[in-house]
Amino acid sequence: MRKIATISSLIIVVILFVACALLLHPFGQPPADMDDYIINNAQGETGANNVVSSVVFDYRGYDTLGEATILFTAVTAVVMLFRAKKEETV
Amino acid sequence: MSKIVRTITNLFTPFILMFGLYVIIHGHITPGGGFQGGAVFASGIALLIVAFNSKKVQKYLKEHHLSVIESSGALMFIGLAFAGFATTFFFNVLVGSPIFGQIPPDGSNPGFIWTAGVIPLMNIAVGLKVIAGLSAIVLVMALSSSNVRIEE
Repeated sequence: MRKIATISSLIIVVILFVACALLLHPFGQPPADMDDYIINNAQGETGANNVVSSVVFDYRGYDTLGEATILFTAVTAVVMLFRAKKEETV
Repeated sequence: MSKIVRTITNLFTPFILMFGLYVIIHGHITPGGGFQGGAVFASGIALLIVAFNSKKVQKYLKEHHLSVIESSGALMFIGLAFAGFATTFFFNVLVGSPIFGQIPPDGSNPGFIWTAGVIPLMNIAVGLKVIAGLSAIVLVMALSSSNVRIEE
């Protein structure tokens, strides 16, 4: 009974994965809607001459927020680690 | 380090730091931005630490000051992100306003500085954060390896 349930759930998962893979964007073709929009409208919408900067700080601001959080966590961890070691030895 | 290294460091450090600040402030016009310019600035600090003693650098650059600068940069970034909360998170509110509001003509142009809305301010915030964060990492590691007590 348990074996049958395992095998059937495995088959369902495999079918779902294959269906998702088949529904993906066709391989090799650029997803033309988003990047064309950014290239055509970034300068007029954000006013930045540097389109990469306007993508990083405006259209994809969440990504930059995550990067900043990663840096913050790394600095916190390094400072905490070395400070704890210092107080232990002194 | 030797006298040659110290002399060259004295000569070049102002230019390295100034180039880092230039990359941060012109992030919305030229290639670069907060992260890249902050890394350049912090490499200048690392050069100072390598050439001179980390004890000597610590007199001018305390770790707790760097922590305060980094946290204020992060707060400034999130505050600017929340400034556009009436529309969406990270909405560029300052486009069209008197502060950084000018919109340049389409296509390549000679470079208008007073543009891009919230982006230069965010560049400055992220630049402060990266400068303080990377400098704090380098400074704390150097101090820890040279057996000096970190001044809180």
